[in-house]
Amino acid sequence: MKKTTVRKAEELFFRVIMFLATTLILFALCLIIYSILKHGLPAVSWEMLTQVPKGGFYFGKEGGILNAILGSLYLALGASIMAFIIGLPVALFINIHLFKYRKLVISIRFLLDVMWGIPSIVYGAFGFTVMVYFGMRSSLFAGMFTVTLFIIPIMIRAIDEVMKTVPLGLLESSLSLGSTKSEIAYRVYFRQCISGITTAVLLSFGRAIGDAASVLFTTGYTDNLPTSLSQPTATLPLAIFFQLSSPIAEVKERAYASAVILTVIILAISLLSRVSARRYQKHKIK
Amino acid sequence: MSSLRRYNITRAFRNRIHSTWMILVLSFSLLLPVMLGIGLYLKSVPLLEDQSLFGILFSGTWKPLSGHFGLLPFIVSSLWVTVLALLIAGPICLLSAIHLTQYARPVVLKIMHPVIDILAGIPSVIFGVWGVLVIVPWVAEVIGPFFGKNITGYSIFSGGVVLAVMIIPFILNILIEVFRTVPEELTEATLSLGATRWMFVKHVLIRKAFPGIVSAFSLGLSRAFGETIAVLMVVGNVTRIPNGALQPGYPLPALIANNYGEMLSIPMYDSALMLAALVLLVIVILFNILSRWLIYRVEKNVG
Repeated sequence: MKKTTVRKAEELFFRVIMFLATTLILFALCLIIYSILKHGLPAVSWEMLTQVPKGGFYFGKEGGILNAILGSLYLALGASIMAFIIGLPVALFINIHLFKYRKLVISIRFLLDVMWGIPSIVYGAFGFTVMVYFGMRSSLFAGMFTVTLFIIPIMIRAIDEVMKTVPLGLLESSLSLGSTKSEIAYRVYFRQCISGITTAVLLSFGRAIGDAASVLFTTGYTDNLPTSLSQPTATLPLAIFFQLSSPIAEVKERAYASAVILTVIILAISLLSRVSARRYQKHKIK
Repeated sequence: MSSLRRYNITRAFRNRIHSTWMILVLSFSLLLPVMLGIGLYLKSVPLLEDQSLFGILFSGTWKPLSGHFGLLPFIVSSLWVTVLALLIAGPICLLSAIHLTQYARPVVLKIMHPVIDILAGIPSVIFGVWGVLVIVPWVAEVIGPFFGKNITGYSIFSGGVVLAVMIIPFILNILIEVFRTVPEELTEATLSLGATRWMFVKHVLIRKAFPGIVSAFSLGLSRAFGETIAVLMVVGNVTRIPNGALQPGYPLPALIANNYGEMLSIPMYDSALMLAALVLLVIVILFNILSRWLIYRVEKNVG
């Protein structure tokens, strides 16, 4: 009889701390968002969103971080497009052309997963060496190139995971109707997976816009609005990072405000990808 | 030539173009890690010709101006921070993953899925800001005095806590996947023998999923090892071999990120930083290959 009591107590004990662990994770997320909003919201203003830094901005005078917001959006947009041009064909190729070679596909996925784990600072350092090799200086394009490399594995694996779920019958019936493989890829698989692909692109976009380590070496920093690919560009994560290291209180507050802006962008992307996962189901064959 | 035939030739041609492009980009993507390795290696050759790799990795003197590039303080700091992060995040993830897969009602999973996703999507610089705002003062005001020390809060411990929160969603996701691969029949068989849920967890689930758990942890470890900005912001960045968690440290990625500005003005400095990046790359890839392989084995045994 006693043994059961001990067992029950043990189970109860572990159930409680397991529940606590889950709650702790929820609490951590809430705490992060709460503390960013609490410190940042008071400093967010229309001026911050619509102006570039003016003289004395880094001593707490007026100006905003439009340069960094636009720079980050351009950078992430460019990188996502480039990664999409490379990533979509790769994912299609793995799922359609290499369908027969299971072992090869498994090794390719394995390699991509390993690449997903490479830290962004390593991509940053590599992007920097390439940049120096070609005699370029830090610019929007160099940043885009580096970030593209960094999000390619993410993009491919995310699209690939969706394409894995396409029923085999679809491939077989398209082939039997005489479609070429590229037609199957872009007319059948692409349409079938359109919602998943949107999610994958948004995921990569979020990674691209939030990463600081890979652009630290390559995009440089400037107070001007980005106007050409060969000019240095400010980015939002670096704007936060630089402003936070300032000793002046106003500038620090702006760092918190910039953090709010970045957080809102990321949350919006995450919301958008949730919505897109439910939508665009019209062309889907079940 | 009939129009149908011409149409078919165009189709075949288009197919050819698409397939060629696909093969090209596939090989480009797969060669990426090799290019990374070669690029960084070529950059670090000047330093390696001058000093031995062993000497650089295990020397504690970091004096770029006089040509001493000992990476040991940074490697030790990195180890401290990552191991600490895993010690914090590991148990929490394990407990929570068991809770979510074995005990929780579906509605809890429905809440926690977006929570995990959002947590995984938050940029590292935001974690850094959070660390500066919340964790650093907490360490300075609560943890430090508790151990009778007067510290600024910028310490390895703060870095470990921030990193732990960052890798939680990552480890948790893999753990949930791993627990899902344990077949339902095992649960049913164990429970029908009269065992409780907890006995099933303790004696069957953990044992069955053990390789998966190990690899989830080591993937988390390698993710933490390469994390840059968030750690850089809270860890203090003092070049010294740390011997306690409440001291400031200077992890490898932070070293690379902090010194890119001056590295072109001092001879060999860029080589040393690129070598540091190469070391990072090699360690992370080795860890990843090992743990991915373990996961692959687990999934294969099940399926």
